[in-house]
Amino acid sequence: MDITDFYDTFFEEAQELLADMERHLLELDVEEPDSEQLNAIFRTVHSIKGGAGTFGFEVLQNTAHLFENLLDHARHGELTLRQDIVDVFLETKDMLNDQLNAYRNGEEPDQEAFERICKTLQQLALEEIAGSAPENGAPAAATPKEVAPAEEPKPEQDSTPVQTAESGDEQAGQRLIIAFSGVNEENRKLLVEELEQFGTIQAQSGDDARYEVELETTTSADDIESVMCFIIEPEQVETRAATPSRTETPTKEPEPAAATDQQQPGKAAEQPAPSVQDEKPKPPTAKKPAAKPANKSKAGESSSIRVSVEKVDQIINLVGELIITQSMLDQTVSTLEGITNTSLINGMSLLQRNARDLQEAVMSIRMIPMDFVFSRFPRVVRETSSKLGKQIELATEGESTELDKSLTERIIDPLTHLVRNSLDHGIESPDEREAAGKPRAGKLTLSARHQGGNIIIEVSDDGAGLSRERILAKARESGLNVSDTMSDDEVWQLIFAAGFSTAKEVTDVSGRGVGMDVVKRNIQGMGGHVQIMSTPGQGTTIRIVLPLTLAILDGMSIKVGDEVFILPLSTVLQSMQPSKDDLYQMAGSDEVLRVRDEYLPVVAVHQALDVAGAETDPTRSIAVIVQGEGRRYALLVDELIGQQQVVVKNLETNYRKVPGVSAATILGDGSVALILDIPGLHQLSRSKKDAHQLGSPASDKTMLSSSGG
Amino acid sequence: MNRYSTEDIQAAADGDNQQFLVFSLGEEEYAIDILKVQEILGYENVTRIANAPDFIKGVTNLRGIIVPIVDLRIKFNLDKVEYDGQTVVIVVNVSDRIVGIVVDGVSDVMTLTPDQIKPAPELGVTMSSDFLSGLGSLENRMLVLVDIDKLLTSKEMALVEQVGE
Repeated sequence: MDITDFYDTFFEEAQELLADMERHLLELDVEEPDSEQLNAIFRTVHSIKGGAGTFGFEVLQNTAHLFENLLDHARHGELTLRQDIVDVFLETKDMLNDQLNAYRNGEEPDQEAFERICKTLQQLALEEIAGSAPENGAPAAATPKEVAPAEEPKPEQDSTPVQTAESGDEQAGQRLIIAFSGVNEENRKLLVEELEQFGTIQAQSGDDARYEVELETTTSADDIESVMCFIIEPEQVETRAATPSRTETPTKEPEPAAATDQQQPGKAAEQPAPSVQDEKPKPPTAKKPAAKPANKSKAGESSSIRVSVEKVDQIINLVGELIITQSMLDQTVSTLEGITNTSLINGMSLLQRNARDLQEAVMSIRMIPMDFVFSRFPRVVRETSSKLGKQIELATEGESTELDKSLTERIIDPLTHLVRNSLDHGIESPDEREAAGKPRAGKLTLSARHQGGNIIIEVSDDGAGLSRERILAKARESGLNVSDTMSDDEVWQLIFAAGFSTAKEVTDVSGRGVGMDVVKRNIQGMGGHVQIMSTPGQGTTIRIVLPLTLAILDGMSIKVGDEVFILPLSTVLQSMQPSKDDLYQMAGSDEVLRVRDEYLPVVAVHQALDVAGAETDPTRSIAVIVQGEGRRYALLVDELIGQQQVVVKNLETNYRKVPGVSAATILGDGSVALILDIPGLHQLSRSKKDAHQLGSPASDKTMLSSSGG
Repeated sequence: MNRYSTEDIQAAADGDNQQFLVFSLGEEEYAIDILKVQEILGYENVTRIANAPDFIKGVTNLRGIIVPIVDLRIKFNLDKVEYDGQTVVIVVNVSDRIVGIVVDGVSDVMTLTPDQIKPAPELGVTMSSDFLSGLGSLENRMLVLVDIDKLLTSKEMALVEQVGE
């Protein structure tokens, strides 16, 4: 086994710690910082530092160390927090994240960025740490010198200042008693081996229940404890100083520890000697793995397990198959005579219920709460608003609403864009707001809720609202075809046109006009659509409607000739029998159907898809009014069969993209049915008509050659 | 007929020998690398795909996987194309894709030694020599060895989206 096997575990953990850190930093009240929260932030940084040290990620370790020092001062009230300091902390958190990612990708982190953040942190330490003692300036100034070696390739060197700075008050020979409770012999041996790396073991004794090791070391009890925690649970370790006078000092009482901490950098500079001791912490990394798995699996059992999405999808597929088989059996059983087969029929209905429950349970595995998405917005709002000089209150609603994981990941970018847009263009500056009689702070609300088979995500602000005049003027300017009689809804949709921006000036945040069209396209790509509601002076709400999952679709099955197709139910608006009076022949062979004073292009499915034996007389077929990419069409089909949930199967896995078809599914009888793609179907029927008119140009030949069967 | 004598098995175990699945298209006998074959099915329940070339019969459900079905008899312009209980679909696995090919019949599995495999001829068989990997001569039979990977991913099969299409 190799230490690298455990990199991933560390990365995962560190990522979670960083997320925690960010949350705490954002919740932190600068006026009255909660000491619990400061401690929590300190702990996360400390754990990351410990892990980074163990795995030899020096840059990460050093950055975390500087950060930790600052936080330590902050939690002891020696550093008065201000908004801009918290911003620096957030920046540092980002830097740690970047470094972590670099290591994860097997690269060295950006040195320049590292130096910059070190400088910023040192500067902050120098300027801000309250003058509880004059020597405070000195250690802070000394730190840069200490960090400098980190840039040099010699790894032993740069871990030195970090380790020494952390170490107990006496460099040579602090004696610690480390006690393990409930640790078996195998793990104990590993732990002792670990400890040997930190110093000299003076004595050891005890049994499984309690085992004590006396260690002479320069490393602080905290550090030793955090290393031990990789092998056993934190409750199982207890450290105390061997000499009675210093009992419990390092762990239980942070105050004196901090006091010593302050003096550390200075001391470290004077005493490079400990580096001899500290070169050793490298080797233990190689030994760690053997003990770690036990610890990991234990943690896993208690809460959650990580499973690859592939495995989950496989289960979903299999359950889909089960449902299909079950409905096949159901059909067979329903033809049987009821009285003699009671138990079989009862069994079947039980099977049906269980199968449905199973399907629901399996689908829920993929679902994660929207909190996963919303939780990153406090940061976005905070940064954007400070850049724009606006005051924003962010409210989130419906964080527990669940959405398919693949969709949550894809919704983040569009949503970020919409939030930035709202902050930049929607919400006015505090002065403007005051003049308009609104509170100075603007309100931005993110909400999510379920509605039918959809999830509705809204970004609403209480800003100035969209200006109809400005959008229309701008649209004319950019040469779009608009008129004053357009409905509000149509006008709002204009902002999704590519290159469209009504911002008076291009800002850092938004206004370049790229983006809204991308947002729209992304959301349509997920099978959803965007609506805009806006009231002048009161604000704008942008609503994203998405299907809950891409794996299952509510479908309407239709029949054309002998073939069955599926229409996504979300696209179906109504169905009707077209009358001759409502059908109009347009120039060429285009046909339109009048539905409530709207003229919809007619798409004859049998024509677009070359179905033989279908009804060709429009007045004898059924017109299904569908909507796709914002436009409506009238599809001519022979028969409506009914609604059903279908499992979406990709056609491209083994075949290729088929025009007019978005995917396939398997019907109750085991046969495959194609799911129609409305805009594609329309295009197909257009190109066919054109081809007919031009007498089938050769280029279309492949596309048009019918299979004839 | 017992083709799997101990010698055959012994021969198959030798690295240089290759096993082939033999199928017929019209009067000719073809063979494909047996390692490419996943299973053999009857022809049923194929859903037509509109606007596809006529030799692509459509797609079928293979235990939850949507698999395209190609009729090689149509592709190679054989006169007699019938679908009945005897029609066989060979499911092959090529380039990470699963494709079913319809043939007139599957006869057997054969082991060929390297010296039984001759270079492909320029002309003389229905299939373009681009897709042939050689000719197998076996006593009085001649097998056309098909490079099924090349054939099914070729542009003219229109099964795989070509770059730039």
